[in-house]
Amino acid sequence: MSTVAAIILFIAIIGYSIFGGADFGAGFWDLTAGGTARGEKPRAVIDRSIGPVWEANHVWLIFVLVVLWTCFPDAFASIMLTMFAPLSLVAFGVLLRGSSFALRHALLNTRDRRAFGALFGVSSLLVPYCLGAIVGGIVSGRVPAGGIAGDPVAGWVNPTSIVAGLLAVCAVAFLAATYLVWDARRISDDAMVEYFRRRAVGAGIAAGVVALGGLAVLANDAEYLFAGLLSRGLVFVILSALCGLATLWLLTRAQHRGARLAAVGAVASTILAWGVAQWDYLLPETLTVEAGAASSGTIWAVTVATGLAIVLVFPAFGLLYFLDQRGLLPDEGMPESSPARAEV
Amino acid sequence: MTSTLDIIASVDPVPWARSQMAFTLAVHIILVPLGVSWAAMALIANYRGIRKNDADAMLLAQRWSKYMAVTFAVGAATGTMLSFQFGLLWPNFMAQWGEVFGIPFAFEGLFFFTEAIFVAIYIYGWRRLKPWAHFWTGVPIVFTGILGSVAVVSANAWMNSPEGFTLDAAGNVVEVDPWGVIFNDAMPLMSLHMVLAAYIVGGFLVASVYAVGMLRGRRDRYHRLGLIIPFTVAAIAMPFQMGAGDSLTRWVFDTQPMKFAAIELVAETSSDVPETILGRLNADGTVSGGIPIPGLASWLSDPGTGRSTVVQGLNSFPPDEIPTVRQINTVHLAWDVMIGLGSLMFLVALWWGGTWLLRRNMPQSRLFLWVASSLGVVSVICMEAGWIVSEVGRQPWIVYELMTVEEAATTNTGVWITFIGFVGVYMALAAATLYVLRRMSRRFRTESAADHETPYGPAETSEVMSGTNEETPVGAP
Repeated sequence: MSTVAAIILFIAIIGYSIFGGADFGAGFWDLTAGGTARGEKPRAVIDRSIGPVWEANHVWLIFVLVVLWTCFPDAFASIMLTMFAPLSLVAFGVLLRGSSFALRHALLNTRDRRAFGALFGVSSLLVPYCLGAIVGGIVSGRVPAGGIAGDPVAGWVNPTSIVAGLLAVCAVAFLAATYLVWDARRISDDAMVEYFRRRAVGAGIAAGVVALGGLAVLANDAEYLFAGLLSRGLVFVILSALCGLATLWLLTRAQHRGARLAAVGAVASTILAWGVAQWDYLLPETLTVEAGAASSGTIWAVTVATGLAIVLVFPAFGLLYFLDQRGLLPDEGMPESSPARAEV
Repeated sequence: MTSTLDIIASVDPVPWARSQMAFTLAVHIILVPLGVSWAAMALIANYRGIRKNDADAMLLAQRWSKYMAVTFAVGAATGTMLSFQFGLLWPNFMAQWGEVFGIPFAFEGLFFFTEAIFVAIYIYGWRRLKPWAHFWTGVPIVFTGILGSVAVVSANAWMNSPEGFTLDAAGNVVEVDPWGVIFNDAMPLMSLHMVLAAYIVGGFLVASVYAVGMLRGRRDRYHRLGLIIPFTVAAIAMPFQMGAGDSLTRWVFDTQPMKFAAIELVAETSSDVPETILGRLNADGTVSGGIPIPGLASWLSDPGTGRSTVVQGLNSFPPDEIPTVRQINTVHLAWDVMIGLGSLMFLVALWWGGTWLLRRNMPQSRLFLWVASSLGVVSVICMEAGWIVSEVGRQPWIVYELMTVEEAATTNTGVWITFIGFVGVYMALAAATLYVLRRMSRRFRTESAADHETPYGPAETSEVMSGTNEETPVGAP
């Protein structure tokens, strides 16, 4: 039963990474798009690309938190106590990212848009780094079991955390850029296709370098995870590397749809590698999944909720992406001078 | 340096954690009604727009959906903060009760997910979806909004009425009955009370904006519809709310006597208890000031036995198991505010209904518009007061009679820093949200918002034009 809960948790984490993560990555590219004039076109693509979907993507995070605290309450308490500082930063970042994007979208004048845009970009950088650093602290055994606090600073400021934080930033930037290539192609803007293609390749290479270098760090700083990555998790490590290389290759061959899928595969298998390598610990090496799990009644309830989500939410989520990809969700409301609705 | 750190390390986190939770919830609860009920009101306008080919109604629905995009996003962000804070502020509560308390949230996540998806489709689908198809993409928002708030209130109700689990000798949860948790004893009435509140506050809040516009002379059909639709929704909910509130109070009387004693300021157990309006409890347990209405509290608690109904007084509970004197005074004052403002809104709803029955039209007087324009703020204050009654009246318990707030809190001494951070950020966020909503409203009125897809786009002529309008009073879309 506890294994089911762990699988649900990891599905939610992967969902958040490939959907929500890409929105943070888009924020990264928004931040680095340059001044008002130079950044106008890329920001237009970004705004259009994540506008209709970011809010639904964001709910994955809530789902991760709820599953974690409901199915693994002791570990949740330990993580929250130890990671008070980075989690507070994540909370502020999530708050500012969402609201500043929505507020920017609703505004017209440059000065206000620039202010909200900067907040959107900076918080989009802060959140994935901190989430990565928290994961780094967990996998390197810095969060003690038993609902008690570990070291409030070393818990998230340590070699593994730095590697994981950087990897998270590179991964979401990589993912976002491959999505944005596709979105730029959809509105047939060749200059923007090229713009994001170059960035996707750059971020992909950066992610690969951080991941390889990171392995060396893990060997000394997170032995249990390192051993797991080279045994149980090896197949996913290789899969992730292959997907990453395939993405780069497909990008250079202008196979944008394939590149996007391969990028998703690379990120998802990285997270699977982490999960499998850390098995069967929830908090390496102090709390196992089985020992940390809630009672079976609770896990049943969460499984039922997840089942309902598969029946209800997934088709709706699919509909949203289908309509969005078909270009049927062009903008909020409609220009009021437009006669489009008059023919009704 | 060390001394500074020592000072930081010696700060008691409990009052700060309590303040941070209270503050962030108090802000979030203002956005909740808009998230729950605005879609329903927009759909009423949308339906009318399609069915009767009513251009004004259609325009209202479109603009409301644009405002909703902003308030929903801010509401989602502030709501997410609460999931973080459960852990950051109350880790011991979550460690002990997370597997029970979390169950309603698993379902809330489901509803919220669906809601966020259809909100996105509805607000982005105006231009390219077919009218009726588009209308139907809005309908799930109404149901998931209601179900989502029922799920959250179910978790809150569980804190008042903890059920659905088995403890071992050491007090740890060993088995959980999810059904019993979700459908706990307090859940039906508390959820009903909150959902009705969401429709009342959402309705009066939206209507009040158009009432201000009408007071400023914009008495066209568009503004009248903008007032009539939400006001009618709120006015219809109002009598049901009086009934739901009355039943809930009787539930509190039956199951949480200490909260009831605080509400009614009952110092000593007795029958023929007066309903004391205002007044305060003193540290020595006596009540001073206030206007007592003889026997009313007893009579209302159980009309069957009337004035002879015995009400348990504060003196019948161990002092460390009931709210402090200050908390009791807060609860009682909040109660008076809720009842006072609630009754006022009920009277205005009667005024509205009566005028429709007699004249087939809304009240036309300036006095009515003045009242209607204040009801947005009044209804928010009323809801906040009701929430204070429920939450402060539960003190010192976080899980009624099982765990105190003190035991639940984090040991992290840095909470005062995040508290200051949250207050600062929320203030800025509130100001920015109001600023953006007003800018949108001004832009809608200057009617030149054809193209705003480009973030960071060059300043457009519309901005220059609206610049000259800065002096004209705004306040209505």
